[in-house]
Parts: sequence; structure tokens; C-alpha cells
Amino acid sequence: MYKIVKKEQLTDSIFLMDVEAPRVAKKCYPGQFIIVKTDEKGERIPLTICDYNREAGTVTIVAQMIGASTMQMGRLEVGEGFQDFVGPLGCPSELIHEDPEVLKKMNILFVAGGVGTAPVYPQVKWMKEHGYDVDVIIGARNKGLIILEDAMKEYAANVYIATDDGSYGFKGNVNDKIKDLVNNEGKKYDLVVAIGPVIMMKFVSLLTKELGIRTIVSMNPIMVDGTGMCGACRLTVGGEVKFACVDGPEFDGHLVDFDESMKRQQLYKTEEGRAILREKEGATHKNGGCGCGGDK
Amino acid sequence: MADPMTRIPVAEQDPKVRATNFEEVCLGYSKEEAMEEATRCLKCKNPQCRQGCPVSIDIPGFISKLQEGDIKEAYFTISKYSALPAVCGRVCPQESQCEAKCVRGIKGDAISIGKLERFVADWARENNVKPVAADEKNGKKVAVIGSGPAGLTCAGDLAKLGYDVTIFEALHKAGGVLSYGIPEFRLPKNTVVASEIENVRALGVKIETNVIIGKSTTIDELMDEEGFDAVFIGSGAGLPRFMGIPGENANGVFSANEYLTRSNLMKAFDDSYATPIVAGKKVAVVGGGNVAMDAARTALRLGAEVHIVYRRGEEELPARVEEVHHAKEEGIIFNLLTNPTEILVGEDGCVTGMKCVEMELGEPDESGRRSPVVKEGSDFVLDVDTVIMSLGTSPNPLISSTTKGLETNRRKCIVAEDNGATTKDGVFAGGDAVTGAATVILAMGAGKTAAQAIDEYLQGK
Repeated sequence: MYKIVKKEQLTDSIFLMDVEAPRVAKKCYPGQFIIVKTDEKGERIPLTICDYNREAGTVTIVAQMIGASTMQMGRLEVGEGFQDFVGPLGCPSELIHEDPEVLKKMNILFVAGGVGTAPVYPQVKWMKEHGYDVDVIIGARNKGLIILEDAMKEYAANVYIATDDGSYGFKGNVNDKIKDLVNNEGKKYDLVVAIGPVIMMKFVSLLTKELGIRTIVSMNPIMVDGTGMCGACRLTVGGEVKFACVDGPEFDGHLVDFDESMKRQQLYKTEEGRAILREKEGATHKNGGCGCGGDK
Repeated sequence: MADPMTRIPVAEQDPKVRATNFEEVCLGYSKEEAMEEATRCLKCKNPQCRQGCPVSIDIPGFISKLQEGDIKEAYFTISKYSALPAVCGRVCPQESQCEAKCVRGIKGDAISIGKLERFVADWARENNVKPVAADEKNGKKVAVIGSGPAGLTCAGDLAKLGYDVTIFEALHKAGGVLSYGIPEFRLPKNTVVASEIENVRALGVKIETNVIIGKSTTIDELMDEEGFDAVFIGSGAGLPRFMGIPGENANGVFSANEYLTRSNLMKAFDDSYATPIVAGKKVAVVGGGNVAMDAARTALRLGAEVHIVYRRGEEELPARVEEVHHAKEEGIIFNLLTNPTEILVGEDGCVTGMKCVEMELGEPDESGRRSPVVKEGSDFVLDVDTVIMSLGTSPNPLISSTTKGLETNRRKCIVAEDNGATTKDGVFAGGDAVTGAATVILAMGAGKTAAQAIDEYLQGK
């Protein structure tokens, strides 16, 4: 069993957990993900790593309760645990391997959407710990859905909050805020790292293409094994078929076929809807999706 | 006494009934049937059957014990050579191995060696007879990567020799292809597979699941930091191939690996499990191997009309004859000499059909099989909503790309000598990771050979 040693409710539906997984904690880097499975009959749920503590042997994950499986996860408490927890999967963020001289000269903007703020956090933290200052936009529909703001402020040079309804910070979506920073505040960025719902990453990439800023996105498609075995996570990048689990999860946002990815995410939605209904009635049934499709 | 030229038939579930369930198709011999079939064995002085067996099981030896009614001894005879007899009795291609060489087979039916092996192994399980563990440990540690047929065999053999063996498995359950690939109706998981793995554990082998070598740790770290004296790589060939035709990323196109993993490992066919699966109403399975048959028969059991789409003819089907026969009996439709050229996709991103061309057979190619050639103007659309690609698999580069000094060939297979030795000192490999996708028994044979080589290597150290 992989024990939960800390649990925090970040919003009504988003929770954070520190899980004992020494092998993963020892080897993981920002940008990578894990797969967690609650019990014998549960699904394999891929979640991007939010933080890790190599000494304590723990890995921090953040998930949103949107499907039957993530709801089941969210009901677990400290002292309980997961039957399976495997990783690290996928490739680390390219920033980890970038030449320090190059990084020093780069102005980087991280754009985090909803629960996608969690995988942005370790990258920002890593940058700060290695001496690089970066900017972060955290976007959500409303104030109640903003997560990890304080944690992010500890490591980012600037944290900008954007809410669709204006209930907190800048009124508008993350793209409005990017435009505001570039057009009104004279900010210049060489790289944007956008992580959030696919629809957000699509529109950020469209905008940054116009602005001529290279952009990295982190894809989180449906997966089974996470090691390249099933091919469920395939997507088209620059006309080539890639597996998000082994080739990604991070890709060049200007090359990803987001429309195809969005359609592929819908595959088990009907099943999932049924499962949530049953879940509310108290029974466990089939469901689908990875549970971290973001702020929808 | 029955005609000694004719094998005792084995009971099977009725095709109409089994097409709707995931219970095992073949019901196996009763004790009386097994003993009667055993009496047909001529106990040849120079048994050809053994030469046909990749792990050289003493076949006349175990059959003689069976003739005497000593099933326990028959089991111990087999388990000297094989760690997975209940599996092999079910999934080995006996018709092209041991049974193909059986002298009885020259004039009549070969002895039903596979069914007898299965009977003995099932009897042992039901009567709680287990293989015997080594008396003494020799204190040397061996890591085995992958808990499929190659890994389990290698681990079992090394444990019997007194080694301290740990198997590392990437998935959450041990068994490799036995767990994720081969369906329940051919190889029951909770009884047969679980108990064979339990037997390997009973020999003292430790199994650590959820460890991906190349990600969670590396071979170099296992040897340098965790104190393993030797490593066996039996990581299989897990990467699916796709055709590269338009529409292949549509919703409703799956690799056979995904489809089977959802159904077998994740038990999507069982409503009490959370795994979703798209059953499909009309399913095309592209390919003609055993995996294609497994995927087709799984889709059929989930309620679909299923077509096997294969570019060559019936004679060229790489699947075992028995599997093709079972598939036909159950109502799988065979569209042979047919090749897909495009998957048609609707507005919503879902499959609406599959464009195909008819083929005819031309000259033999390098594999010796006649190569299919497109018949001009033969385009047609197969009306399907789900497509399962079963075109073979190749080894995962995760291990080879993270291990210093481990050579691979152009097909990403690990380069190994006949005894399993790789280009890296102390590291051995076998099974699909070396050969590319093959059979359970060949992988077991490689695991067995490598266990001997590892023993020799470590004795010499």
C-alpha cells in the first residue's frame, strides 16, 4: 500500500495529497506524471506530479473530483492509501535539461489553468531553486477555483490571478491576461509553458503563435498503462503520431492537434456520466476519463 | 478400450453459449479421460516429442506416471522443467511442437500432450501440490525484469538453485502477457495464472509490482546500488504497431494491446470493475495472429458483430489452427485477402466505416509467405464502428535506452547470445525482448536457458 501522509482540500472539488512512494520520489522531476489506482477494481488514473520530497520519500498529487474514480480517491483520508502508485512516467520538463546559460537569458511565463496549476508548481519551484525568476498566470472561472496561490508566490517573481467573472484578480481569461502583460505592461517572453484544460492550451497556443512566443503544453489524454503499451494516449504533433505517455506529456503547443485531442478525450464521457449518476446513488460502476481534464 | 489411433476428445463449452461469456472454452480432461489418453503413448526410447519442446519436458516420463495413476509424480516430473504447466497446457502451439513430432501422429492422432499437461497441472492446483523450494540460499541476488513467461521461468529456476530472486513488474499485477494479453476464456486469471505465480513465489521469489525499469530505477542502479549480482531482462514486446493510414486516431480505433488490457488486466467485461471499454456494435480486427483472434473473440463476447480483416489468405493466418477454428465456431466473420486503406471518421471524431481493398497473393516474400498484391479497382467500405489494430508489437526501448552498454538491433530488440548473455556484463535477456513478439513457450525456453547461464556466470565469479 502507498500511504497517504497528508491531505488538504484546496477547493470543494480539488484535493492535494502527499503519498509515500520512495522509488518515485527518488527519481521524479517536474513535468513527469504518476499513475494511481485506488483498489483492486479501480481505474489507473494518470496525474501529473505536483511536488516531491526525496528525503521523506513522498510525492504530492493534486486531483479534481470529476469522475467516479477521482471521487473515490477524494474520499480517502490520511493513514489510508492506494493499492498502486507507479512512476515517474513520461519525460521531465525540457527546462530541467536546458543549458543554464540559455535559461539565464530566458524570460518565461507559466500559464496555469484550474487544476493544471498543480503541474506548473514544481516547474516554477525548480526554476527558483536553480536561480531563475519566472512569471505565472493562474486562471480559473472564479475565485473559489484558484489553487496553490500562496505556494506559487513563494517561488515565482510575479503571480497574476485571472478569473473569468472578475471575482478575484484580473477580470478575464488567461489569454486576456497574456495580452495585458505583453501589450500594456511591456512584458517580453521567450517561452510560455501552458498547462490546463485542452481548450485553454489550444487558445493560449493560438495567441502565442500570433505573438511569436514558443509554447510548451502538457497533454493529459486517456491512458491505461502509461509506458507506451496501449497507445490510447496517442495524439498528432506536427503531423506525426506521438504517445503522450512516453514521448510527452509536454509538447510544442504550436504543433499539437488540439481538436483531435479534445475529441479523443470525449470517448468515455457517456460511460462516465452514467458512472457519476450511479456514484451519486451509492454504487460503484464503470466510468471513464482520467479525472484531471481540468477546470470544466 | 477405444481406438488407439484416435485421441480422446476434450469437452468444450458450446460455441453459442460461450460466445456470450468469458468462461474457459476448453473444459479439459477428466481423470479417466486423461489416463485413457495416456495409455496411447508408446513411450518411445528416443522420444521425438521432447525435441519438439522448447523446455525439453520429459514428456514420456510424466505420461508414464499418469498411466500408473500417479498424478503427483507426473506433476513433479513436469515441474522440473516448467514453472508454468497449467499455462503451457493451454496456450502452447503443441500442434507445431511436441505433438508435431509424436510418432503416434504418423498414422493416427498425436497424443494430446498439451491437454495431458494441463490435466496434471490443474490436478496439482486443485490438490494443493506445490513445487519444492531450494533447501539452502546461496546469498547471491538476481533481479528479473518483467513477470511474464520468460521472467517467471528464469526466476523460478534460479530460486530452485538457491538464488535470492526479485522480479520487477511495471504493471500493478504480475504475469505480463498472461495477465494483460491472453483472455480469460483461454487462460483463467484467478485460478490458473494466479496459482502459477503463487507457485513461483512459493519457491522464494519476491515480486515487486509498479516498478518501471528505465523510469522508477535503472539496471545500473539495481547492480550498483541495490546489490544485484546479475540481471535477467524479460520485458517482452509491448509496443503496439499502427498502420499509418488516415483516420487511425479516430475515436473507436484501438490497439489490440489497449483493448485486451482493458478487458483482461483491468477486467472491463466485469461490471464491478471501474474500467470502461467501448464494446462496439460492428468491430473490425485488423490482423491474423493469435492476438487478433483474442481481440476478436473478446469483442464478440462484449456483444459485437466481429470481422477479422487480414491481407493474406486462410492458409497464411499466423494464428494457431485451434484459435481460428474456435473463432469461426463462435461466429467471427473472416474477411481474408482484404487490406484497410483508410478509416472513415464522422463529424464527432468517431469511426463510421473502414475503406478496404481486396488483395491477391503474388510471389513469396522474405518470410516465405506469398505476398499480397492489391486488386485494382476493388475498393469497398466495410461498415464498422470500431477498429482494433492487431499488427504485432515491438520491444519497449525504455530499458535499452537507459542502460549503459546494452546493445539493440534495428528492430529495438536486445542483442543476446543463444544463452541469453547481452553485451553488458552480468546482464542477460530472453523472450520477446530479444526475439520480437513470439510465443509463451519460446519465452519460457529463453528464460530457462538464461537461468542456467546466469548460474554458470555467478558460479564463475
